[in-house]
Amino acid sequence: MSAVTRIDARFKELGLEGRAGLVTFITGGDPDYDTSLAILKALPKAGADIIEVGVPFTDAMADGPPIQASSLRALAAGQSLKKTVAMVREFRTTDNTTPVVLMGYYNPIYIYGVEKFLKDAKEAGVDGLIVVDLPPEEDEELCLPAMKAGINFIRLATPTTDDKRLPAVLKNTSGFVYYVSIAGVSGAATPQTSNVIEAVTRIKRHTKLPIAVGFGLKTPEHARAIAAGADAAVVGSALVEAVRTSLDGKMRATPNTVKAVTDLVSALAEGVRSARRKAAE
Amino acid sequence: MSNRANSLRTGPDEHGHFGIFGGRFVAETLMPLVLDLEKAYEDAKKDPAFKKEMDYHLKHFVGRPSPLYFAERMTGHFGGAKIYFKREDLNHTGAHKVNNVLGQIMLAKRMKKPRVIAETGAGMHGVATATLCAKFGLQCVVFMGSVDVARQEPNVLRMRALGAEVRPVESGSKTLKDAMNEALRDWVTNVHDTFYCIGTVAGPHPYPAMVRDFQCVIGDETRAQLMELEGRLPNALVACIGGGSNAMGLFHPFLDDRDVEIYGVEAAGHGLDKQHAASLAGGKPGVLHGNRTYLLMNEDGQIEEAHSISAGLDYPGIGPEHSWLHEIGRAKYLSATDDEALAAFQLCSRLEGIIPALEPSHALAKLDRLARGRPKDHIIVVNMSGRGDKDLASVAGYLNKKMSA
Repeated sequence: MSAVTRIDARFKELGLEGRAGLVTFITGGDPDYDTSLAILKALPKAGADIIEVGVPFTDAMADGPPIQASSLRALAAGQSLKKTVAMVREFRTTDNTTPVVLMGYYNPIYIYGVEKFLKDAKEAGVDGLIVVDLPPEEDEELCLPAMKAGINFIRLATPTTDDKRLPAVLKNTSGFVYYVSIAGVSGAATPQTSNVIEAVTRIKRHTKLPIAVGFGLKTPEHARAIAAGADAAVVGSALVEAVRTSLDGKMRATPNTVKAVTDLVSALAEGVRSARRKAAE
Repeated sequence: MSNRANSLRTGPDEHGHFGIFGGRFVAETLMPLVLDLEKAYEDAKKDPAFKKEMDYHLKHFVGRPSPLYFAERMTGHFGGAKIYFKREDLNHTGAHKVNNVLGQIMLAKRMKKPRVIAETGAGMHGVATATLCAKFGLQCVVFMGSVDVARQEPNVLRMRALGAEVRPVESGSKTLKDAMNEALRDWVTNVHDTFYCIGTVAGPHPYPAMVRDFQCVIGDETRAQLMELEGRLPNALVACIGGGSNAMGLFHPFLDDRDVEIYGVEAAGHGLDKQHAASLAGGKPGVLHGNRTYLLMNEDGQIEEAHSISAGLDYPGIGPEHSWLHEIGRAKYLSATDDEALAAFQLCSRLEGIIPALEPSHALAKLDRLARGRPKDHIIVVNMSGRGDKDLASVAGYLNKKMSA
C-alpha cells in the first residue's frame, strides 16, 4: 500500500492522543436509507473514530441474530450494495476525515463486479473493506485488487488463528487487524478481557499494524476494558439492537432512532476514552 | 479409459477449484478447521485400514452393494430404452446419504471429535447422520429449517429416536439453505470439539471432493453390475440434483467414458419462469456456503428462496463440480416441475412396486424424454436415490389441494 489512507491517519492521531479508538458498526440502510444516513452523519460527533458500514446480505453466516435481523430490515427497505456505496458518497460531503470501512460478505461484491466496485467505492470515499468469507487462501479475488486500488483490506484474526497461521493472515492486511475476540458469531458471548489482551499481545509480536477488537462487546465497561489493551474497540450488535428497540410496531424509524444510537455511541466513547492505556503508562 | 492428462476425474486442484468453481470461501475462524479436515482426509485416503473398515460397514451395516434393478414395466411403458434403477433406496436409512455419512463419521472418530453437526433438508442426511452417530457413539445435533420440520415429520421422529437433537431453524426461508447457515454458525462457535458433516457435494474444499469420493461407490458398483448383466457400459445416466451428491456419485466414475451420456435433473418447482430450485437453469455463478457455484440470486447478489415440492432439492445452489461439468458440457442438465415429479412418483409406484422419494421422481420424470423412441438396446441407468415413505403425507396433501383447486 503506497498512499496513506484515512485509516492510517486516524490511528496516527489516536497514537498522538495516547488513547484507543472506538469503531462503530451500523448496517447500511437499517431501518431505511434516510435514517441510516442520518445515523452515519451523526456518528463522528457522538464519538466514533472509525465507522464500519455493514453491507446487508441475505445469508449472514458469521453473524448472530441482531446483525442478521438488521440486514433483513435493510434489504426489506430496498438497500443494496450500490445504495450502500451511495450512502458513503453522501456522508463524504459532510465529513472528509472519518474513516469508513465497508463490511460484509463477498457475493454482492462479486456480482457487482470487483473492478467496478473498487472504482466506485474508492470514488465514494470508502477507505477499507472487511469481507468475512474471504480468507487469505482467496486473496486473488478481492484483497490484492483492493490493495492496488488504494483501499485497505482488513483481515480478521480469530482465536483459531495460531502463531503458525498468523503470518499468512497478516501478509496482505493493511489499515488495521480486526481481532475477533471469541470463537462464535457476532453479538453472542462476551469475551474474557484477559484472554483478549493475551491474544492482542501475541498478534503484536507479528505486526506493527493497529489491532481493533470486536465481537461480543456491548457496554461502555467492555469497551473500556478492551481499550486498555487494544488500539481500538469495535461495537456492532449493541448498536443495531439500539436501532431495533427504537422502531415502532411496523419496524419503522421513530424520532428517537438516531438519538438511541448516538447516545449509546457517546457512552461507549466515554468508556474508551477513560481507559488507562498500558502503552501510555 | 483416457490417460490422466485428458481425464475429467482429476479435479479439484490444490485450492479446491473445478475450473472457476469451488474454493474455500469461509470465515477465518473456520479456515484452520477446514485445513485440518483436508489433511485428515488425505491421511485417511492413504490408510488401507480406513478403507477396509469402511468396506466392512458398507457391506454389513449399509447393505451394499445395492441392486441394479431392471425396471421391466417402466421399460415397457415407454417402449424404448432399457431402464435400470440403481437401488440406493434399499440402503439402510433409505437413501444414498449414508454412503457419505459413514465416511465422514469415521473421519470424525479419527479426528477425535466427540460432537457432530449436520444440516438437513428432506431429513435423509439428518437421519443418516443420526444413525451413524448412534452406531459410533457420538453426540449429534441436526439443523433443519422449520418448514422442512413440518413437511418431513417422519424423519424428525426418526432422528429423535436415534438420539439426535433436531434444532428447527427459524431464520430466512426456514429451509435447507438456512439450516446450512445455522450449522456454520454452530461450527464457528464450537470449533474445538465439533465435526461438521455436510450432506452434499458443496461447501468449502475439501467437502465437494470428499463427499463425491464417498458417493462414488454408486457409480463404481453400477459399472461392475452392468458389465456383468449386459457386458457393456450404459448409454445414459440420469439422476436428480439438489446439491448433487447422488448424481455425482453415479456420474463421476463414468466421466472419462465419453460415449456415456450424462443427465442431471434439477427441480423446476412451479416452473422455470416461476419459483423453482434450478440453479443451473435459472441462476448464475456466485459465492455462498464456502464455494463459488451457480446460485439463484437477484441483481444485487442477494440469495433468492428456492422452491421445490421435494425438500431435498429445495436449495438455491448446486455442487461446484456440477457447475464445472455444465460449463464444459460433459453433463447435460434438465429440469422437472413439481407436477412432472408427482406424475412420475405415481407412475413408478404403480408400475414397479417401488415408491420413490420425490427427489429421484424428478429423474424419473425425464424418462419420457430420454427413453421413449430410443432403440431397445439403449441402456439408461436412473439413480433411485431414496425411498418415498417420508413423502407420502406431502404427496397426499398436494394431490388433495390439486383436486380441490
